[in-house]
Amino acid sequence: MSIKEKGAVKADNPVVAYMKRNGGIIIGFFILATIIQINTPQFLTSKNIISVLRQISTNLYCASAITMILIAGGIDLSIGAVTSLSSVVVSTFMVNYGFPIPLAILVALAVGAMVGFLNGTIIYKTGLPPFIVTYSLQSICQGIAYVWTGAQPIRLTDQNFIFLGAGYAFGVIPMPLIYLGVILVFVWYILNRTKLGRHIYAVGGNEKAAEFSGVNIRKVRWFVYIFSGIMAALAGVVLSARMYSGQPAVGAGGEMDAIAAVVLGGTSMGGGRGSIGGTIIGALLIGILNNGLNLAGIDSYWQMVAKGAIILIAVYVDFVKQGNKLRK
Amino acid sequence: MEPRLLEMNGIQKYFPGVHALDDVHLDLLSGEVHALLGENGAGKSTLIKVLGGIYAKDGGEIIINGQKAEINSVKDAERYGISIIHQEIVLVPEMTIADNIFLGKETGPAANIDRAGMLKKTQELLDSFDMGLSAGAKVSSLNIAQQQMVEIIRATFGEARIIVMDEPTSSLSDKEVDALFDTVKKLTAQGIGIIYISHRMSELDIIADRVSVYRDGKYVATKKVKETTTDELVALMVGREVGNYYNRTYNECKETVLEVRGLTNKNVKNVSFTLKKGEILGFAGLVGAGRTETMRAIFGIDPIESGEILIDGNRVEIHSTQDAMDAGIGLVPESRREEGIFPAMSIKFNETIKVLTEFIGGFRVNAQRENEIADKYMKELSVRAPGTYTLVGNLSGGNQQKVVIASWLATKPRILILDEPTRGIDIGAKTEIYAIMNELAKNGVSIIMVSSELPEIIGMSDRVIVMRSGEISGELERSEATQVNIMKNAVNI
Repeated sequence: MSIKEKGAVKADNPVVAYMKRNGGIIIGFFILATIIQINTPQFLTSKNIISVLRQISTNLYCASAITMILIAGGIDLSIGAVTSLSSVVVSTFMVNYGFPIPLAILVALAVGAMVGFLNGTIIYKTGLPPFIVTYSLQSICQGIAYVWTGAQPIRLTDQNFIFLGAGYAFGVIPMPLIYLGVILVFVWYILNRTKLGRHIYAVGGNEKAAEFSGVNIRKVRWFVYIFSGIMAALAGVVLSARMYSGQPAVGAGGEMDAIAAVVLGGTSMGGGRGSIGGTIIGALLIGILNNGLNLAGIDSYWQMVAKGAIILIAVYVDFVKQGNKLRK
Repeated sequence: MEPRLLEMNGIQKYFPGVHALDDVHLDLLSGEVHALLGENGAGKSTLIKVLGGIYAKDGGEIIINGQKAEINSVKDAERYGISIIHQEIVLVPEMTIADNIFLGKETGPAANIDRAGMLKKTQELLDSFDMGLSAGAKVSSLNIAQQQMVEIIRATFGEARIIVMDEPTSSLSDKEVDALFDTVKKLTAQGIGIIYISHRMSELDIIADRVSVYRDGKYVATKKVKETTTDELVALMVGREVGNYYNRTYNECKETVLEVRGLTNKNVKNVSFTLKKGEILGFAGLVGAGRTETMRAIFGIDPIESGEILIDGNRVEIHSTQDAMDAGIGLVPESRREEGIFPAMSIKFNETIKVLTEFIGGFRVNAQRENEIADKYMKELSVRAPGTYTLVGNLSGGNQQKVVIASWLATKPRILILDEPTRGIDIGAKTEIYAIMNELAKNGVSIIMVSSELPEIIGMSDRVIVMRSGEISGELERSEATQVNIMKNAVNI
């Protein structure tokens, strides 16, 4: 009896493992960075780099959550709308109802958690595809955000709140990056160091086998969707602060940017496979692509075309690579 | 003597690793009902699929009306007047009866089909069967028996000369069965030949003229129904030597570990049995008899409507697989790929997923402990792979099964349920799995083995429980557990 060794993944040290898993996209990232640098030398300046990092941070909040959801075999399309709704909630509670900043933020995060709870519960109870359930919630949340504000932005003037999105810690590190650091460590910890993390992989790898293994599938769903709702809401809070206003459409399309980063990072749409490290590099790649095209003065509509093409190519390459790994 | 409608001679069919049909014969006369008998896996379905053009034969000849026939597709089979009514109803529920009957053979121009004509013709057909139905009614509004009749009308409409019915009565009530038999008589009166597959031997006397028996992919014999007996047929069905690769060492089993009382849910009725320490309890029966469903209920997958489960004499509540595991129960599921393995994950992940708390806790993963567990069970079950990092999807079926069993042994279960533990795996791995079961029983683990392979049931079990139609139909001690006794309880005689 011969057993093919093709699919074998040896236990390497973490850096080597990371390079192996994400090698393709890391190479792509450096090629792209080099091209941009040659064309626009202001790319590699600390000011520009910090600006790129600040821009991608809110996308990465959502992308970290989407990483876990995709690994667990789900999808969440409600993210962008929750971001918008949260922006509206945090602003109205501060401006119209006079809530103190921490309480207003807490309300916004609770609304996000609530949407996530609804997503998870409806998917579990009805057995409807996550795509449909979260798409419906997207429409509902976006609708509420518009109705609530009459589609008008809400101006924010409280400098303490604005600091949370637009300020710098120690005068150099943008505040959104601080939160991002905490979130990334948390997600990495959950996925790699906890029972829950293994269960997330198990549910996405084979839901029935997970049930037969005593995994509480409902709990896993709840966790990933509630976390996703909270992350989307946090993105809404941070974006409001950065833009001095509550914007009922600020998150539009946010779910697609997040999914793009996650998929670029090698996480499988089919579930069971993926990593937060991959998602970081995926989000960075999209970030410098947008930045490079901006610096080169290329029209933002062309940026959309470029983004689509790059995602298609990168995911296809990964797909072919994975296809060779696992004989079906 | 009636003319021969169909003759199948020396039919051969190979699947990877399996000789599914070996020199199989069947002949069918005009106006005859010819029953096919055999255990699950005897080759009946494969033979029918060869006839229907679903499988290509690897040898032999098919002769229809005295002429050699080339059947390479379902369309070919239809052209030869062969029509198959499958066990599952394959109508389109949201279309009308007429649409279903004419599906794929619509009349009139393609862009403007002749709706009125098809409705009229369908109504004539329905009336000729005294169906009392309207041709424009949606199939979804009919009951199962009526749907079955629509299937039959669709099969017979047109130029069908040979009709195959695969377990047509399995979902029908007695009254509906009578109606079906009337239809069969009408069809045979027109000279149509019917091949009839059923596990209900009691039906054969009423409906069949001749019966052919198959076993392990081979043709055994053809008998006239009037000239044979049930006992003779059962003996023909099971008459084979039991291999001696089981090497079972029996233990004395006294202590009752598990007791199930009156277990009832949507699939099973009033199931009661006991399991003793160190015992291997075989669950025999035909596919669909409710064995897997019983195990699913005990393991907390399907909800229980009434009845109770006692472990060591204490009642336990099992509402989830986690509850079952907490009670010391493990279950190796029937369909390995769908329910057993995580194919894209490593052997290590698969072996340890049920015992994560043994090495994950606090703020760290104890990788050393994790590797110990994975290595230990990989070695203990001699899983053949380069290492515990190998992806399970790349292993052979036998090794995948060993990984699933390993993952359960890691939980140190007191009760291990094995559902079709050796299905689809080669004889070498089978023998290894039997040895593991024997070893477990010796060490005091109680085992329930659901199996459709009689030699395995007889070779491995201390006791055998037989199920039929969701109920327990017999319990046999090791001394009584012969193939004939088991089959008698498994089929409706």
